[in-house]
Amino acid sequence: MSAHRLKLFPKNGIRKCLTGIDGLDQISEGGLPEGRATLVCGPAGCGKTVLAMEFLVRGATEFNEPGVFIAFEETGEELSQNAASMGIDLPGLCARKKLAVDHVRVDRSEIAECGDYDLAGLFVRLEAAIKAIGAKRVVLDTVSSLFSGLANVNILRAELRRLFSWLKSKGITAVITAEKGEGKLTREGIEEYVADCVILLDHRVENQTSIRLLRVIKYRGSMHGTNEYPFLIGSSGLSVLPLSSLRLDHKAPTQRIPTGVPRLDTMLGGKGFYRGSSILVSGGAGTGKSSLAAHFVKAACQRGERALYMSSERSTDEVMRNMRSIGIDLEPFVKRGLLHLCALRPGTFSLETHLLTVHNLMKTFNPKVMVVDPITNFVSLGTHAEVGSMVTRLIDMIKSRQITGMFTSFTSADSLPDFSEVGVSSQMDTWLLLRNLECNGERNRGLYVLKSRGMAHSNQIRTFVLTDTGIRLLDVYVGPSGLLTGSARMTQEAQEHAEATEREQRLKHKGSELKQKRQQLEARIASMRSEYELEEKSLLTDVHEMEMRGKQIALGRVEMSRARKADRIRGNGRGPA
Amino acid sequence: MIPQNRKSKSTTATRKSNGEEYVLRLYVTGATSRSRRAILNINAICGEHLEGKYNLEIVDILQNPALAREAQIVAAPTLIKLLPLPLRRIIGDLSDTERVLAGLDLKSEPRV
Repeated sequence: MSAHRLKLFPKNGIRKCLTGIDGLDQISEGGLPEGRATLVCGPAGCGKTVLAMEFLVRGATEFNEPGVFIAFEETGEELSQNAASMGIDLPGLCARKKLAVDHVRVDRSEIAECGDYDLAGLFVRLEAAIKAIGAKRVVLDTVSSLFSGLANVNILRAELRRLFSWLKSKGITAVITAEKGEGKLTREGIEEYVADCVILLDHRVENQTSIRLLRVIKYRGSMHGTNEYPFLIGSSGLSVLPLSSLRLDHKAPTQRIPTGVPRLDTMLGGKGFYRGSSILVSGGAGTGKSSLAAHFVKAACQRGERALYMSSERSTDEVMRNMRSIGIDLEPFVKRGLLHLCALRPGTFSLETHLLTVHNLMKTFNPKVMVVDPITNFVSLGTHAEVGSMVTRLIDMIKSRQITGMFTSFTSADSLPDFSEVGVSSQMDTWLLLRNLECNGERNRGLYVLKSRGMAHSNQIRTFVLTDTGIRLLDVYVGPSGLLTGSARMTQEAQEHAEATEREQRLKHKGSELKQKRQQLEARIASMRSEYELEEKSLLTDVHEMEMRGKQIALGRVEMSRARKADRIRGNGRGPA
Repeated sequence: MIPQNRKSKSTTATRKSNGEEYVLRLYVTGATSRSRRAILNINAICGEHLEGKYNLEIVDILQNPALAREAQIVAAPTLIKLLPLPLRRIIGDLSDTERVLAGLDLKSEPRV
């Protein structure tokens, strides 16, 4: 149990003794009452012995509190074998004086009762065992055997009462197990005098799968969870799975992580999902849910984060092959230990067992992101409410560990998108809806963000295609009658392209026309100019000739007057006025 | 007979006869009145019905808790008939002679 959890439990009030059992310490808000007796009752095969054994073993190994196991039903050897199946080395613990096991055999067939007696034999043996190892914890499993072995119920009751007060006076935390009785907690009414804490275990079969349930019925002087909590007995012992950790106090990281599809990130405020959030990807068959999940996982692995991919439909090999076809090769990540692919067949175990598997994987593998594909396959295992509760707990688990979880959900093609999938959509932070967009006799894939808490997100329906290199979101194409998809979109595209080409051509044409006109104009200008130049030239020649002639005449006159020795003419060439 | 040496194992009768020998052990807890009653009663019964063919040992489990474990003692007092077989346990202060005799297979069960 982590330190911050311990802080949650009130310091005043009764002292508690941590059991070390996953979940039980949370439900009981800190463990069993210290120095007092706790009654664990339930029908045969519900896990009483396992709980008691784990209480002792964890006490001895994790809290350094040695314990005595008084077994009325099993011999030490049988207990050792049973414990070994949970990975507990009972003989070793006994040898190290961490534990003491005493098998108390009460066989009615060889016992005759004659007069007054007490259970001093049991007391003596218990005391000797406690002394030998300095025990702080004691288990009596199950006191019901005493009642079946001995006839005088009055003596037994009195003696048990004496035993429990004796244990209390020694400050020993005891767990006493008893068979459940008809209409009573225990067959013998032991709950009447072992009254500090009563835990009821139950074992039910629903839909051919069994569920184990634990409930704290009574806990004097302490708060406790009152619900029935499912619990599991796995290879690592018993774990109780509280619906939620009683308190809704997850941290809410503001860090964002990419979705693996860049343009999808843009739709989610440009940064992708929040770390530690839950994402629901729902859609019909073949809408690309798994592909989206694969992108998400791949992106995480590329960042160097561990990812857990749980497939409830396909084998791990199939998942890898299918993803390779869209250019996502997950194998290297598996080899590097970054990706754990895990295929589970939902029907094999109960919801609780699956939850435990996930829980244990989370503990051992410690992933940063996880995918359950699809989560809807678990619906067959229980009622809507049960599956809902499972998902709630799953989300609780991922949030408390700040794992970003993506759950794909299968919705049949004709169901409304808002029809609450497994009744959990409200618990999801982000809901991506994948849809088959059917129009013009074809099917196209569309994607939109139905909700995404705590961030601005696009409201656009985007179409996407699965290419050799993965999911590619296409440009938004909104035509006159709404969003265009598929070939309609292509037609529109082609049409627009044609128009554009034509426009361009026309422009080109106009351009050349203009050029031609200018050329024509220029040619005309040139010819006119040459005409003019020609004319100018001849005119100038005329002018010159006329001038020349004038000069010659004047010159002739001067010459003449000189020859006639006439008056000098003033000026040049001008005759007398 | 009052048990004088209940601190440890005490053999109170070891006489042998040619008949079947009864090996009996009585486990008690110290000198409580119940223990005393049981010891008195078993001695009386043995003296009357098993004269010369019994071996009775009285064990104080407060002194020897390990013996209590070994013999699978839960209640006290407990009388164990080790021999002749089958093994029988009689718990209580042995105040009902008929029942003790039945328990020791010396008489048929006195149940009505």
